[in-house]
Order: sequence, then structure tokens, then C-alpha cells
Amino acid sequence: MSAVEAILAEQTRRSQRRVQLVALLAIGALASVLLDLVSGPSGLPLGQVLRALTGLGEVPKAAEVIVWQVRLPVAVMALLVGAALSLSGAEMQTVLDNPLAEPFTLGISASAALGAGTAIVLGLAIPGIPALWAVSANAFLFALLALGLLQLAAALRGGGSEVVILLGIAVNFTAAALLALVQFVASPDALQQLVFWTMGSLVNARWEGIAVLALVLALCLPFSLAASWRLTALRLGADQAQGFGLDVAHLRRWTLVRVSLLAAASVSMVGVIGFVGLAGPHIARMAVGEDHRFLLPASLFTGALLMSLASVASKLLVPGILLPVGIVTSLVGLPVFFALILRGSAR
Amino acid sequence: MSLDIRGLTVARGTRKVIDGLTLPTFAMGEFAVIAGPNAAGKSTLLRAIAGLLPSTGEVLLEGQPLHALPRAEMARLIGFMPQSLESRSALTVLDSLTVAMNAGGGLAGRALRGPAAGRHALEVLERFGLADLALRPMAALSGGQRQAVGLAQAMIRDPKLLLLDEPTSALDLARQFQLLSEARKLACEGRIVIAVLHDLALAAQWADRVVLLEGGALRASGAPAEVLTPQSLSQVYGIEARVERCSEGRVMVMVDGLSQP
Repeated sequence: MSAVEAILAEQTRRSQRRVQLVALLAIGALASVLLDLVSGPSGLPLGQVLRALTGLGEVPKAAEVIVWQVRLPVAVMALLVGAALSLSGAEMQTVLDNPLAEPFTLGISASAALGAGTAIVLGLAIPGIPALWAVSANAFLFALLALGLLQLAAALRGGGSEVVILLGIAVNFTAAALLALVQFVASPDALQQLVFWTMGSLVNARWEGIAVLALVLALCLPFSLAASWRLTALRLGADQAQGFGLDVAHLRRWTLVRVSLLAAASVSMVGVIGFVGLAGPHIARMAVGEDHRFLLPASLFTGALLMSLASVASKLLVPGILLPVGIVTSLVGLPVFFALILRGSAR
Repeated sequence: MSLDIRGLTVARGTRKVIDGLTLPTFAMGEFAVIAGPNAAGKSTLLRAIAGLLPSTGEVLLEGQPLHALPRAEMARLIGFMPQSLESRSALTVLDSLTVAMNAGGGLAGRALRGPAAGRHALEVLERFGLADLALRPMAALSGGQRQAVGLAQAMIRDPKLLLLDEPTSALDLARQFQLLSEARKLACEGRIVIAVLHDLALAAQWADRVVLLEGGALRASGAPAEVLTPQSLSQVYGIEARVERCSEGRVMVMVDGLSQP
């Protein structure tokens, strides 16, 4: 075999391996959803869960209700939120050329929390929105306002990645300060609700919310995948990417719109979830490398898997108590993350 | 094919780095070097030609306004090799070439994938003697290797106009020779190659034409022997220099000291 053929064969082997890893992550995420469905206070065997899901065979009414109305919404919400946060983290890390970037760096989450605060504490709601959705709607609106502010300022100042990051940090602290103010005037009841919200929780997952998040993800994902060559080019440096004929400012702007939408939709549904948006992309990168054709799907599935596992752990860590999932993602995720980094640097 | 630059103005903020610059026509097959002291606007000029900086005035390729073309079309005609090629990327050299090919719109308007893309990228790497680096991560390359790969990236889509920003700054003597003779060869094959070079000795040795800039304005343009004279070097750089004629009408530049103010 000639040298050229050998290199090409190696290249093909690497691509195939990446496809396999992405598939493995997807299967892992699905398996974790099943695990999520069988875990909970009332023990349901896997067989019953599967029968309830597929509608094939006899299932007790109670089991059907538990699966469809309690556990499945939580499991699917975990899957979607993890996927959305991790995908947005991956793209954000690339366009801002910063390994620490995630949906919180730009103040999206803090703004969403402030929005939630205005609904929970001050009772402000967007007219025409049902009371049940007031918190989510406000959170989403405030996250979008933060995005608008960033885009406007970035457009006025040229939109370099440093400008965007600094502005995001400013938005973050401003929203946090305003949220503290809201907390200060809150009644004890409202304060408790708000604090619980900022911890991030899946218990309030509803099918309508799932549909909204799924829709946002379905709208953003094709554009993300279509941008994968261009995003990979950015990894070689903005200067070089420009040399390849890319409009870097344009790519950066639209990617930020996309990832902010994803983050805003996720956060407004389940509250502040840390870590998944940061760790998901890092783990995916260690697995499949920087080619975004593989990295973006891998990040999506890694985030879904992490969040789904966190959902399982939130039920099992303290028997009988459902921990807020935002706490679990950090507690369970961090050791895993450290282990991976140490292993990665030891190689 | 020809490249015309007329009345080109590039502003950075309120300051005009290049103000109404008009250059003699660049012809196909020409290897031109842009030279001049620091802050003369050399890199700015190159980037403006490449369409990477907003500019006013005319940049015409075969009489057609280059910057009015759709971005993908422009990217196909122009190969640009930037000065800074820093990379922390774990992408392999081969991957970086595929990305360079596909990110701006691919070959003939569509992305080339799989073994076909790899084969094409390897052909280009082989041409520049870089095939043995194919599977090396970009971050693991030396500065010189990165510059050599940079030229391969710029050439992957077979552009008609090749713009090189200080392509030899990190290269040893052998690699300098290799890259510049390659650049000349690329010009002879039917392209226009324009490089920014600091080293006037290299410019004198390799260029068909030297464009001497100072303060964003044209000081001289022509064959190295016409442009690189003790007088012009003293004016533009403030140096005492000797220019020796050697074989084939080429010249050698030697700097003896700074000229009196």
C-alpha cells in the first residue's frame, strides 16, 4: 500500500470511529432515558414501563399514569435540556474561542432567573399568558432581552469575541444584582420558590414545555449542522478562517442568536442548570475531536446523556427525596469531568 | 488575467491607513512583492485586496470589480495566507486542508467529502512536500511547518490570485528558498502572486516586481533593480544601503547603517 493510500485509510478509519462514538453516545442517552423511567419512588419493572410506553400488552392503570404523566415528561425534558445546553455550549466555545464559554457566560441564565423573579416575586406577567406559564414566559423574555442587548452592543462595537464576553459578564452581574434586589423585597414564600427555581428542577416538566423546547431545538439544529464546516474553520483561528473566505462576524452573530435561543428556551423551562453546557462539549471533544460534523452531534448526545443521568441520580442519591437536578449536575458531573481531564492530560 | 487597483482607500477608525492608492496593473504570471517600512500599510493593502477589510476604490480582476462578487465566488478566486498562523487546534493538517477547501464553499460550489476530499488535500500536501505531516495535529507543528501548511491551505482551491502576508517570517533558509521558488512557480503557472516581504534581499532575489510603500502611499513600483536603489532606500527606510548587481539582472541589497536625518 502506498503512503497516500495508508494515510487515506487511516483517515477513513478515524472518521468511522467518530461515527461509531456518536452512535454510542446516542444509544447511551436513550438507555439512560429508560433508566430514568424505571427509577423513582414506586418501583416499576422495565417490562411494565416498556408495555406502558408502547401500548402493547396489559398494564395497570397506575403504572400507565406514572409513566406517561410523571416520569416520561421529566425524562424527555432532561434529554432535551441536556441536548440544547450542550449544543449551545459547543457552538459558543467555538465562536468565542474560549473553552470556558457556556450559556451562563453571556448572562443568559442570570437574565432568565431575573425574569423568573419578576413573575414569582413581583407577580408581573406578560398579558395573555396563562398563569401556569408566567414564570417560563418571563424567563424567556428576559433571556431574549439580554441577547438583544448583547447583539446591539456587539453590532455597535464591531462584535469581536472579547467584546461579546465582556458584555456578557456585565449583563450577568447586572442581572444578578437586580435579582438580589428582587429577592430582598420578596416575601418568604416567594423567596423560597425563587431559590428553588434558580436551583434548576425537572419536576415541573410538562408536555407543552417539552413541545416548545423541541421546536426550538428542531429549528436551530439544521442551521448548526449546516454551519459545521465553517465552525471547524474557526478552530484554526479567526484570521485563517477569514482567509478561507468566511464572513467571521456574520457567522459569530448568527451562531450567538441560535445558541442564545437554545439556552433561553432550556433555562426558562427548568431553571438554572449549571455544568452541562460546559462539560458536555468538552467530553464530546475528547471523544471525537474538533471536526464539528462529529462534534456537534456528539455534544448534543453527551449533554442529553449527562442530564438524563443527573435526573436518575436526583431520584436515587437521597432515597425518598427528589434533589433539584441543577445541584446534581454539578455534584455528579464535576468528578467525572475532572477524571476525564486528568486522563486526557496524562496521555 | 490582470489585477488593477485604483483609488483604494482603507480606513481604520477615523485614520486612513491607505489613501487613494493606485498601482500599476499586475499581470498574469507575475510574482510581486510589497515592501516598505513598518506601518507602511503593506498588510492592510493585502487584506483590502483580499476583501477582508472594508475599502473604497476599485479592485478589478480582469476588469471585473472583485469585491462585488458573491462571497463564495470571491473565496474561490483568492487564496489568502495570513501572517499569524497560530493554532491551538487538535485538527490534523489533512483535516485543516479539507476545512480550508469546504468552509468557504468547497470546490465548484460544493463540499468535497470522504476519500475524494482526502485525496485532493493529499495531492496539494505532496506538491509542497508536506505529505508526511498529514496526520499531525496543527497545534503540534513548528512555526515553519505551520507557514508551509498555510501556503497549502491557501492553494487548496486553486485560486487565480494568491496573496501571502509575510510568508517566510518563520522559515529557515532552505524553507524560504523552497516557499519562494514555489510562489514563483505558482505565478508562472498562470496566477498573480503578491507577497508582503520584509526582507529586501529576498524581494530582490525573487520578485518580478517590487511595490514600495510608505505611509500608505506608493513610493516606487517596478523591477527590483529599478526600485531598490540607494536613494529610494534612504528615503523610505532611512538607511545607508549598497545595491550590487549580480547575474541575470538581479540585485543584492546590503545595509551599512542608518542614513543621517
